[in-house]
Amino acid sequence: MANSTPPLIQVSNLTKHFGGLPALDRVSLTAARGQVTALIGPNGAGKTTLINCLTGVLSPDRGEILFDGRDLSGLPPHEITRLGIARTFQNLRLFPRLSVLDNVLTGLTIQAGSSMLEALLRTPGLRHRERRLRLTALEALDTFGLVDKADLPAGTLPYGDKKRVEMARAFVSNPVLTLLDEPVAGLNSEETGQIAALIRQMRLYGKSMILVEHDMDLVMSVSDHVVVLDGGKRIAAGPPEEVRRNPLVLEAYLGRMSVTA
Amino acid sequence: MSAFRKTWLFTLRHRTGLIVWLLALVLASIPLVLRNPYTLNNLNLIGLYVIAVLGLNLFTGYAGQISLGHAGFFGLGAYGSAVLTATYGWPPWPTMLLVALAVAVVALIIGMPTLRLHGHYLAMATLGFNYVVHIILVQWDEVTGGPSGLSGIPALSVLGLSIDTDMKFYYLVWTFALVALTLCLNLVRSGVGRGLAALAQDEVAAATFGVNVKRDKIRVFVLSACFASVAGSLYAHYFSFVNPDTFSIFKSLDLVIMVVVGGLGSIWGTLFGVSFITMLPHWLEFLETYYDIIHGLILVVILLFLPQGFVTGLADLIRINLARRRLRNAGSRRLEEDMVDAGATRRP
Repeated sequence: MANSTPPLIQVSNLTKHFGGLPALDRVSLTAARGQVTALIGPNGAGKTTLINCLTGVLSPDRGEILFDGRDLSGLPPHEITRLGIARTFQNLRLFPRLSVLDNVLTGLTIQAGSSMLEALLRTPGLRHRERRLRLTALEALDTFGLVDKADLPAGTLPYGDKKRVEMARAFVSNPVLTLLDEPVAGLNSEETGQIAALIRQMRLYGKSMILVEHDMDLVMSVSDHVVVLDGGKRIAAGPPEEVRRNPLVLEAYLGRMSVTA
Repeated sequence: MSAFRKTWLFTLRHRTGLIVWLLALVLASIPLVLRNPYTLNNLNLIGLYVIAVLGLNLFTGYAGQISLGHAGFFGLGAYGSAVLTATYGWPPWPTMLLVALAVAVVALIIGMPTLRLHGHYLAMATLGFNYVVHIILVQWDEVTGGPSGLSGIPALSVLGLSIDTDMKFYYLVWTFALVALTLCLNLVRSGVGRGLAALAQDEVAAATFGVNVKRDKIRVFVLSACFASVAGSLYAHYFSFVNPDTFSIFKSLDLVIMVVVGGLGSIWGTLFGVSFITMLPHWLEFLETYYDIIHGLILVVILLFLPQGFVTGLADLIRINLARRRLRNAGSRRLEEDMVDAGATRRP
C-alpha cells in the first residue's frame, strides 16, 4: 500500500525462550489502526506470550515491538498502559472483592492521578475528577450492558457478565489499542454473539484491537487481518478468507487434531 | 426538586463526612457523661492505637501486605520524642513532626529492599526490623535509659494550655485519631486507594491498568510508619514515660490482631478492632496469665472462619448474599418476562 502512516503495532523478530524452549521464535507482525487483528494458533503456539510481551508482563529475549513508532522494550506494564494499551485476560483477572463499578474504575487509574497527598486531602480537584470518572465508568458499564450490576461485588457475577466487566474495564480508558485475550472462552453461543456484537461496535467507534481467540467463527466474522502462530513461529498472515484456505494453517490445526484423535 | 429530596441527596453525597462529624460529636460528649479517669485512660489508649492501627490497616488490610514490625515505628516515634524533648529540651510539636519525617526515611530505607518480598518473607523481614529496634532500645542505655526506660517526658501544650490531665489528652488524641480516620477514608475513596485494593488482589492485573505496584507499596508503607510514629510521640508525652517492652515484637503482633479483628481494609472496623483488643484484658482480668494464648486463639479462629477479618468478613458475607439474591431475582424476573413475551401467562 502507498499509505505512508506506519502500522500501529510493528513486531519484528520477537523471540522469547522459557528454559531453553522457544515460546516465540523470530515472530514478526503488524497491526493496523482502526482494525481488528486476530492472533490465532493451536494451544502453546505462543499467543499469550506475545500478548504478555506487548503489555510488559514479560520482557522478550530479542526483537523489537514498535507501538506508534515507539519502542516498548524494557518498559514496565504501568508505563505501557500510560501509552494507551489496555487488555483483558484469558483467565479472568477481575478484583473479586471490589464492586463492578470499582473494577471498571481501576481501568482509569492513570486518569485518576497518582498523587497521594491529593488523595489524602481529597482536594476539590480530585473530588470533581472522581465524579467525572464515575460517570465515564457508568457509561462504559451501560455500553456493555452491566449498569444495573454496578454496585455488586465482581466475584458474585455469573461468568458471562465477568467477561463483559473485563471488556468494559479495558475499553473505559478509551485506549489506542485493546488486546482481547480469548474474550469468548467458556461462553455459550448466545453470549458469544453478544461479545461479537460488542467487538464490532467498538470497531465502528474506530478502536484498534488485537484479538486472541480459538473460536474460528468469531475470528472470521469480526477480524480484518489474521496472523497464525504455531510452535512459536508465524506460519501465515492475511485477510481471514485467505488464511482459512492456507494449507499450512489447515495442517497446523487439522494435522494436530488427527494425531490427538 | 423538593427540599426533602435536596436534603436527601446532600446527605447521600456527603454521607462519609457526615458520619465522621457525628462520630466526633459522640466522642466529644463522652467525657461529659463518663468522668472517671479509668475509663478516660482506656479511651485515650484506644485513641493512640487507633492512629497506629489505621496506618497499619492501610498497609496490611487495604494493600494486602504483612508487617510484623509496626511496633518498631511506634517505638521510634515514642523514643525519638522522648529523648529529644526530655534529654535535650527540644520543643515537643516540631520534634514530633521531625521524628515522623525521620521515621519516614527509615521506613523508606527498610521498605525499598523488603517490599520486593512477599508473604512469609516480608513478615520475617519486618519482624527482624522490630527486633533490631527493640535491642537498640534495651542496649543503648546512655541514650534510651536501657531496660528501665526513660521518664520525665514533658506534657504537650496547645496554645499555652498544658495537656496534663486525662480529659485534656482525650480531646487531643481523638482529634488526631479523627484526622487520621478522615485521611484514610479520603485515601481509600481515590484512584490511589483503588490501586492499593487492586494490587492487594492481583498485582499483575493492577500493573496492567497503570498501578505502579512497587512505588505504591512503598508509599503506603512509609505513610503507615508515619502514623505509627505520631502515635508513638503522643504516647510518650501522655505517659511521660517510655519502656522498651511496650515496643517489642509482641506489640506488633497485637497491632496485627487489632487489624484482623477490625477487618482487613475496613477503616471503620479499625475502631472496633482496637477497642475490642484494648478492652479485652479488662473484661477477662481473671485470665491474666493467658492473654497471649487468648490473642493467639482469636487470631486463629478469625483467620480460619473469616479470613478477611471479623468486621470485613461479616460485611462481605452480607454483601455477597445480598448480591446473590439480587442476581437470582433478576434471573427469575427475566424468565417471567420471557414467559409474558411468549404469551405463556396470557389468558383468553
